[in-house]
Amino acid sequence: MITAPNADPGQHDPPDYSQVQSSPEFTELRCAHRSFAFPLTLAFVLWYLGYVLLSSYAGDFMATRVAGHLNVALVLGIAQFVTTFLIAWWYSRHAAARLDPRAQAIKARLEGATAAPQTPAPQTAARQAGAAQADAPGDGPEQTGVQEAGA
Amino acid sequence: MNLTPHLAAGAAGEHRTLIVTLFAVFVAATLGLTVWAGRQTKGTDDFYAGGRQFSGFQNGLAISGDYMSAASFLGIAGAIALFGYDGFLYSIGFLVAWLVALLLVAEPLRNSGRFTMGDVLAYRMRQRPVRTAAGTSTIVVSIFYLLAQMAGAGALVTLLLGITSETGKILVVVLVGIVMILYVTIGGMKGTTWVQMIKAVLLIAGTLLITFLVAWKFHFNPSALLGAAAENSGKGSAFLEPGLKYGATATSKIDFISLGLALVLGTAGLPHILIRFYTVPTAKAARKSVNWAIGIIGVFYLMTLALGFGAAALLKPGVITHDNKAGNTAAPLLAQEIGGGAGSTGGAVLLAVISAVAFATILAVVAGLTLASSSSFAHDIYVNVLRKGQATEKEEVGAARWATVGIGAVAIVLGVFARSLNVAGLVALAFAVAASANLPTLLYSLFWKRFTTQGALWSIYGGLFASVLLVLFSPVVSGKETSMFPGAHFAVFPLENPGLISIPLGFLLGWLGSLLSKEQPDAAKYAELEVRSLTGTGAH
Repeated sequence: MITAPNADPGQHDPPDYSQVQSSPEFTELRCAHRSFAFPLTLAFVLWYLGYVLLSSYAGDFMATRVAGHLNVALVLGIAQFVTTFLIAWWYSRHAAARLDPRAQAIKARLEGATAAPQTPAPQTAARQAGAAQADAPGDGPEQTGVQEAGA
Repeated sequence: MNLTPHLAAGAAGEHRTLIVTLFAVFVAATLGLTVWAGRQTKGTDDFYAGGRQFSGFQNGLAISGDYMSAASFLGIAGAIALFGYDGFLYSIGFLVAWLVALLLVAEPLRNSGRFTMGDVLAYRMRQRPVRTAAGTSTIVVSIFYLLAQMAGAGALVTLLLGITSETGKILVVVLVGIVMILYVTIGGMKGTTWVQMIKAVLLIAGTLLITFLVAWKFHFNPSALLGAAAENSGKGSAFLEPGLKYGATATSKIDFISLGLALVLGTAGLPHILIRFYTVPTAKAARKSVNWAIGIIGVFYLMTLALGFGAAALLKPGVITHDNKAGNTAAPLLAQEIGGGAGSTGGAVLLAVISAVAFATILAVVAGLTLASSSSFAHDIYVNVLRKGQATEKEEVGAARWATVGIGAVAIVLGVFARSLNVAGLVALAFAVAASANLPTLLYSLFWKRFTTQGALWSIYGGLFASVLLVLFSPVVSGKETSMFPGAHFAVFPLENPGLISIPLGFLLGWLGSLLSKEQPDAAKYAELEVRSLTGTGAH
């Protein structure tokens, strides 16, 4: 659903941030960040608080032996470490695949536009943002065309 | 088998020379490095942000060096040695907290701010009132934290060097203060970063060595270590279960939940941590540095398990608590024991190494705290409020250096007065203020378009005053044997940590203040902040 907006680019020297903010490319970037980071934050805070509550109020359960002298409390404590490492790795993978290419494309276009406001951007470059390669430093041809320069 | 008697009389006296020599070498080397860094420190980008040229790995190391205080090194190892599982519980919140910084704060902050937390908080708001509020809360958080570290240095020297005279303690506090002022005024962020990186390497290496020796002693069998610790502690399997420290009463259970909340939400609002994200060139590098920090800090806390349970298994409980009731000498004593015991060369060397690492730890942390508060004073309050943004770069760096001297002097004086008070609770208070005053404002600023100046002010001042007042009337300050003023009795608030009340209050006030404000939120400014924070457009 990537469509090139046909809004007026305006002639501001600094980028027109309000227009960028409402562009589909930016909306996608925001959504890709929020729909990942917000629920995950809620989840790990609840998992941590749940663990604290279990430690405080479920002593018998936590004291259950698992193997040797290792009990449920220690296993869940180590599990907090493991999930922290995993979430950090998972987020970084998500960011590299879904956030960085989108952010990079918008940034390159805006800074290109600021540096040379008179240069017309390529029209309606409706490329698949999700399929962008991870490390493409987006230059001219990479532009997504939120701000059609036509003024 | 004759176990080590204790540090104060025996070991410390003999090995004082070795400890002091190692420590002096560390101070001399780091000061030399600071002078070198100072030569390259010219403008504000250098002084506040170390030139923004550190790599993600370097900054990850420095963040770890900034974050792992003597409280985590000596305090958590000691708490595990004495209370087993409940001591471990403490360190988990300190680690999980980094995910809040990673997922929500580090990258947008790096993209949209320049030097301080106030840059982001004031971005969409009326500059002067919000910067004043951000500067106030930055300085309050950092000074509380600093005070705890300075007083800790005084206590540490008593424990490790056997200096018990009041003059000796005062001298140590003053010395720590002077070295920290030198680091920051001369080297700025660049010098401070290198000190923190070196300290992190030393701390990890020292901990790794002791962990390896403990593991070797128990044939790399964790269950055997746990069993020996439980047996030797005299508490049996209860030592490995929740409840020894926090499970005493209904109040202490709620208190722990309050502490847990403050720990997990506080880290991402600590100004001395936040300004570290400006030392890397991009948001991607900021993300990398948090990932490294999570790895390093996580492994470190896992190793404190070996240290704590190792001390519990190998030292007699009476030995651990002999010099310090909180068990702060457990790690150095364990080093001595595992190196061959008191009187042996190996024991002496390991004890000296671990003690010197503990001192280095304090220095690196206090330098970071001083830099955070002087940056905020100079950049937020002096330049942007008092001078209304009209100051040259040279004037600003000059102001930041003078602010460092001023704040350092205040910290020294307060540290001297607080040296015999029990100020360990102040670190938890710093986390509570950070979580109640700073984090709500940061998150609302970055993610909520209807947030207004009034909301920011209500949230910062409300969270700040609520947490400080609640602590003032809590058992941390009066009413208990372990209080700051054990003789006084005005503890009407039962919890030691205010987080359970003050954090929701900070979020509520930010929301309410915005809804009730007459001012319309600045939509264009929010668009600018949102686009910049997520894409990195126009980042400094």
